[in-house]
Order: sequence, then C-alpha cells, then structure tokens
Amino acid sequence: MAAHKSIEEIEEEIVDEFSLFDSWDDKYEYIIDLGKKLQPLDDAFKKDENKVKGCQSTVWLVADYQDGHVIYKAESDAVIVKGLISMLIRVLSNHTPDEILNADMDFINKIGMTSHLAQTRSNGLRAMVKQMKHYALAFKSLKFDA
Amino acid sequence: MSNETIAETAAGNKVLDIEAIRNDFPILNRLVKGHPLVYLDNAATSQKPAAVIDALVYYYTQLNANVHRGIHTLAEEATAAFEATRDALRQFINAAHREEIIYTKGTTEGINLVAYTWGRKNLQEGDEVIISGMEHHSNIVPWQIVCEEKKAVLKVIPVNEKGELILEVYDQLLSERTKLVSVVHVSNAMGTINPVKTIIDKAHAKGALVLIDGAQSSMHLDIDVQELDCDFFALSAHKMFGPTGAGALYGKKHILEAMPVFNGGGEMIKEVTFEKTTYNELPYKFEAGTPNIADFVAFKPAIEYINTLGKENIRKHEDELLSYATRKVTELEGVRIIGEAAEKASVLSFVIDGVHPQDIGILLDNKGIAVRTGHHCAEPLMNRFCIPGTIRASFAVYNTLEEIDKLADGLKKAIRLLR
Repeated sequence: MAAHKSIEEIEEEIVDEFSLFDSWDDKYEYIIDLGKKLQPLDDAFKKDENKVKGCQSTVWLVADYQDGHVIYKAESDAVIVKGLISMLIRVLSNHTPDEILNADMDFINKIGMTSHLAQTRSNGLRAMVKQMKHYALAFKSLKFDA
Repeated sequence: MSNETIAETAAGNKVLDIEAIRNDFPILNRLVKGHPLVYLDNAATSQKPAAVIDALVYYYTQLNANVHRGIHTLAEEATAAFEATRDALRQFINAAHREEIIYTKGTTEGINLVAYTWGRKNLQEGDEVIISGMEHHSNIVPWQIVCEEKKAVLKVIPVNEKGELILEVYDQLLSERTKLVSVVHVSNAMGTINPVKTIIDKAHAKGALVLIDGAQSSMHLDIDVQELDCDFFALSAHKMFGPTGAGALYGKKHILEAMPVFNGGGEMIKEVTFEKTTYNELPYKFEAGTPNIADFVAFKPAIEYINTLGKENIRKHEDELLSYATRKVTELEGVRIIGEAAEKASVLSFVIDGVHPQDIGILLDNKGIAVRTGHHCAEPLMNRFCIPGTIRASFAVYNTLEEIDKLADGLKKAIRLLR
C-alpha cells in the first residue's frame, strides 16, 4: 500500500519515471502497458450509473471508503484511457478525501499529457479526475454526517 | 493559386499536379508532433488554399464595411464582393436564379431553416417526413423537433449491410402522407453516394418535396440542382476549401417565396412600423442581421479553386486514393470496412478487431496523422452496425499515395502495440 506516500510524492515518482523516456512512442508504449495490466473491473460494476461517459470511449469508475481512505477501481474499453486511469488510481487511491480534494494533479502536465485534458477528450483525464473528486467529496460529507 | 496545378500529358490528357496543389495549402507544411502533417480528416473540414486565406486578409485590410447599406465606397465594394459569391454559387450548383441561394452558417442551419419555416407552416398532424438511416445528426434532430411539435411522423429508410439505402423499403414508406424527404447525398461516415435522382423522382411522384444534404457531396460530385430537380439543397463552405461559418441553402424560388421568414431583424425587412412589418424579397428575407461578410467574400476563391481543378479531375484523384487506401487497410489483420457501397466518395471508415478506435486515433496523431475516430455524429448508423464508432480516413485532392502508405504503416504499428 502506498498510503504512507503522499499524493505529491507519488506524482513526483511518475514524473521521474516519464523523464526516462526519450520519445512519445516510449511514453505511449508505457501507458499502453499500464492499461493492459490494469486489474479488470468486475462485470457487475459495469453498469450505466458507474459510467464516466464521453464522446468516444467508455470509462467505468467505482469508489469505496475504508478506514478514512478512498479506494478507486476503474476500467475502460480503450487501452490508452485505461493506462491513464491506472496512473490516476496510483496517485489518488488510498488517500483521505481531503488529500484527494486538494490534489492539483500537476503531474499530468509535467509528463506531457496535457492534451488528454482537452475538451474533445472529455472522457479523458479531466472527466475522470472530476468524478474521482466527486466521490471524495461524497465520502467526506458522509463522514461528517456520521 | 499557382497556374501549374493542371499539367498536360504527352497524350493531351489533363492531370493534376498534386505537388503544385499541395503548395497552395500553407497548413500542409506544418509539423505535428515532429512529423509532417498527414491530414486525412477532410470529411470533417477541408484545409484552405492561400487564395481563400488571402481573401480574408484582403477583405479586412481593404473592404471592411457593412453590406447593402451606406453609399460610401467601402460599403459598395464590400457588397459587390459579398454578392459575387452568390453568383459563383448559383453557377456552381446550376440554380436557375441567384435569389434561390440563401446564405447560411452552413448545412446545419440550412436544414434547420427549412424545418422551422417550411416544416412549421406545412406539416400537419399525421403527415410524414422521410429521412435515412445514414443521416448526420443535423438531418435528424431538426425533423424530430418539428415532427414532435406538429404531431407528424418521422420515417427512416433503412441501410443494408454494405451501407447502401434499401430503396425497396423507401418505395413502401412513400405515400400520399409523405410531405418531405430529406436525405444525405454522400454519407459523412461511410462515403456512400446515394441515388438522389431516383429518390427525388419517386418523392415527387407522391407530391412530396425533397431536401438534399450536400455537405459532403459539394466538393466531390457535380451538382446540378435543376437536373436533380431537388427542392432544397444545403451545403457548407468549410467542406469545400472555404471558410467556416458560411454555407448556402438552395431552394426553388416559388417554394422559398411561399415560406415564412426565419429570423427577424435588419436586412430581412422592407418596411417596419409597430403595426405591421413587411418583408424583403428573396434571398434577403432569410438573411436577417449583419452577415458573415468576410467568410462569404473568401468563399468565392474556394469555389473558383474547385472549378479550376475541375471536379472530374478531383474525383479521379480521390477515387485513386480511396481504392489504394481501401486495399492497403484491408490487408491489415482484423480490419472490417464499414461501408462497402458500390458508389463511394472519398471516405474510408473501418473498425479493427480487439482495438478501440480512440487508441488508434491517439497513436496516429502521435505520428502526425489526422483521422477521425468516433461515431461521426451518426449514432443511429453506428447502432445499425452494432459498433461504438469507426476510424475514418477521408481524402481530398491534396492527399497523396505516400500519405496513405504512412497511414497504413502507422496503423500497423499501432495495432502491434495495442493488441
């Protein structure tokens, strides 16, 4: 578990890893590899209410709340999106709602994936991050209710 | 444009000099992700020749004034340039009268204009409008809106496995209740060329009007609205080397005259009092407000560019590109072409087993190759083929066989990475 590492530390790790790549080809190869390795989501979770629906590919996202930490699981029908999701999960999962809500996610720009934040790829990182923070917010308010 | 775009062979045949043509399009010189741009998204929008870009600059540096009013020199010159495009368009589609050409923002607005004016006035409860299963959303949604409002019924000509319209079913759909048939000339998602002349004649035999969505066809096919005998024809400048935000709706004069106005405002009026307003003549009664003057002025050199190259020459080159690309892409393992109609224009749409179109699009972009992936604003058509979307390469006259080799190579590498 990476819980002892802060979100910033994990982001930094990813930026370091990407700095080793000379070319875009290598970066994408790595992301595709991450996508292929992402643990598949149980089919029971692949329903409309878990969809982060965009223009081109489908993303399913679920979140769980354990011991004050949010645990995310997600999958997509497109491999590159899956690879990007895998990084988001690595960064945000297993942190407290407050830590997640305060994350600036600047590593996305630093590794040169800014274009995946573009409006045309609304099922890309932007919509994903937003949905992940929504879950964090929901769990946070749950905490206060209890 | 350069004068060398058309060369003559020893046998006296006219052939296009594609390298010279490429030099007319400045954007084709740019790099994308470190690679020379390979632009294969022409069905979305075409690139612009220098003549069009120059006309935009010329307009704003020399002519800018509001049109149809003012007696000063700039107003007169701007108006003349603005109206000259209407004459060029009349000739381009062989309309009988210049006032049959209504300026619009593009094909979508042209279709909406007919739906909201002609449709609202003429459709009654129980009347029927026929569209096809390969329409762009812009030729579906306006009819859904007006049919719902008027309690009219929207019927759909189905598409066969090859991506062609099933005309036997069209025959059965047509009846005395049919008031309008609105179909696409060339499918943006598959490239199918529809037999619009047959569709028009059959509709007329039942007393229905016909609108042809010419967004994709205007650049590739000869358009003669009098020979087609269509009642409306809509097109967009940006898909034919012209600027975005400019387009035209052709309508038969007597039909346009009987139609209610679209937008209210300046330009479209003859006289305004608080008691009653009388409307201007065609085409101005449909052109409220200050129009997109610069883009219409720059539309003319786009039309002239196509005329100079000659549509027959353009088609010949594009057909060569399409058949070469079809062959190269089909060679790849697990490829299924979507749209194998006997008559096709310039669009190659396909899916690849086990690979998401979006992944292909991202990896091709990484090589400077621009294709479109997704549902191409034709979701019902994608549902017909039970696919979420396709990869679409669409060609224009400036594309080359070498670029198609790059596409095939890029696809091959992408598939290897993704599988």
